[in-house]
Amino acid sequence: MQVTNKLTPFFENLNFERDDNTMVINFGPQHPSAHGQLRLVLELDGELVVKAYPDIGYLHRGIEKMAENMTYNEFLPTTDRLDYIASTSNNYAYALSVERLIGLEVPRRAQVIRTMLLELNRIISHLFFVATHALDVGAMSVFLYAFREREFAMDLMEDYCGARLTHSAVRIGGVPLDLPEGWLENLATFIAKLPEEVKTYEDLLTENRIWKMRLEDVGVISAEDAISWGCTGPMLRGSGVEYDIRKEEPYELYEELNFEIPISDRCDSYGRYLLYMEEMRQSGKILQQLIPMYGKTEPQLMAHSPQYISAPKEEIMTQNYALMQHFVLVTQGMRPPVGEVYAPTESPKGELGFYIKSEGEPYAYRLKCRAPSFFHTGLLQELLVGTYIADVVTIIGSTNIVFGEVDR
Amino acid sequence: MAQHQVNYASSAGLPVALTTVDHLVNWGRSNSLWPLTYGLACCAIEMMASGASRYDFDRMGTIFRASPRQADVMILAGTLSKKHSEFARRLYDQMTEPKWVISMGSCANTGGMFNTYATVQGVDRIIPVDIYLPGCAPRPETLQYAMMMLQKKIRRESANMNKNTKQRMV
Repeated sequence: MQVTNKLTPFFENLNFERDDNTMVINFGPQHPSAHGQLRLVLELDGELVVKAYPDIGYLHRGIEKMAENMTYNEFLPTTDRLDYIASTSNNYAYALSVERLIGLEVPRRAQVIRTMLLELNRIISHLFFVATHALDVGAMSVFLYAFREREFAMDLMEDYCGARLTHSAVRIGGVPLDLPEGWLENLATFIAKLPEEVKTYEDLLTENRIWKMRLEDVGVISAEDAISWGCTGPMLRGSGVEYDIRKEEPYELYEELNFEIPISDRCDSYGRYLLYMEEMRQSGKILQQLIPMYGKTEPQLMAHSPQYISAPKEEIMTQNYALMQHFVLVTQGMRPPVGEVYAPTESPKGELGFYIKSEGEPYAYRLKCRAPSFFHTGLLQELLVGTYIADVVTIIGSTNIVFGEVDR
Repeated sequence: MAQHQVNYASSAGLPVALTTVDHLVNWGRSNSLWPLTYGLACCAIEMMASGASRYDFDRMGTIFRASPRQADVMILAGTLSKKHSEFARRLYDQMTEPKWVISMGSCANTGGMFNTYATVQGVDRIIPVDIYLPGCAPRPETLQYAMMMLQKKIRRESANMNKNTKQRMV
């Protein structure tokens, strides 16, 4: 009988001490291509994977529990650490839920800035995907090229909010700052260069014989499987299902913007890779449309709702009542009405949404984060069965999972 | 390194450079610091950015290795959870002497903002740390500076680490 401990834990139907021809190997939690702290326990027959168990929880930090002991504004920087590759999309998804809960209307300029930041984050995340996926499969030069471009996008984020990785660039009810001088020109330069950079990666990869051999018909997910496992984002669209929350349930300015949702019927890793490349182009297109929209907006950045959001600094300094409300908001925190809310958004990886149950207190009674990567990790136990051990890394790479939001 | 320069062209002397064993060994050790790719959370992304095009750690002789057996430095980048802590100690033990540890980011230093039931409140509770990097997440420049500090520290050390090793055990 096997003694269970942390190194050989208990799994249903899996015994580490075997007397048949199969072998049990451990993949992770410290593995350079495990995308963080994924631990896969694989049962192998020769080189063929017979069973795969994703063991998660190595980055569990209790973020949802923390939310129950923090005021709504306090919790916002913690959302940065969920999907840390595209922080603003988490900030935004959380802010949107709270705004829906209290019924806030965000000023137009804040909407434009937010949509810009969201799309910029999508580009950052997709560049990161291409870089790490290529690195895992063995094409190191793409990693260096994609990270070079990603640094320019991160410079833009840094110019706006001062942070490279953990942005906290969105507030409940708007954005904290206006765009700095010259930012839009820098953004225009960046998106003008983006298509040719994307073309560089495509030249390096798309028709590359090794890349095609490693990716084509690897990690095939049928449309039914993708839906029943709860896949969203490029994982679902890569299986031929046209579903994008930006089109289905538009938020921010996506209704007014003209962009396409790329789909692929290939259902394999190669199809998903093509999708990511096309989505970067579409994000560039969206950003191009947003630049002229910025000039036509009023300079107001935060929603006017003194019960929940502090008034502008001038009002606090000059009006007694605004100061009192500001004092209560700072010392006690806002008290949203009793109720519950779930607001889905399309993060770079799929459907990201926060479910919040409020009991009228300054703290959420319960907060649940619906993170796309969690569902994609669950899919691994079915997707990896019947593939070769060499393809495991390709499949993990193409699911684009981030453990900050899997384990939370 | 060399304490005494010989002018080969004019003096026709022996091709000899004088130095101490400490200098020679530390020169080699400090200029080829190979860190273990031990990315745990957000800081791992900054660690990757450090190795990539703009910050280019390779020029300092810092090449990331995937195996603890080949690594000299362990850069603990990110939140260490209690579930993971056993593996962190195991990987540290698997590294060959001499070895150093950089704790990158607030989470690794003290637990940072995650003061919860699941998080180790500082990796120095598990393994000895040489350099702490503040920040959440520290910029690649910070990591670069830490590597330079570590090089300085190594150059000060005695080449014979045996007596140090005993002190470093926790």
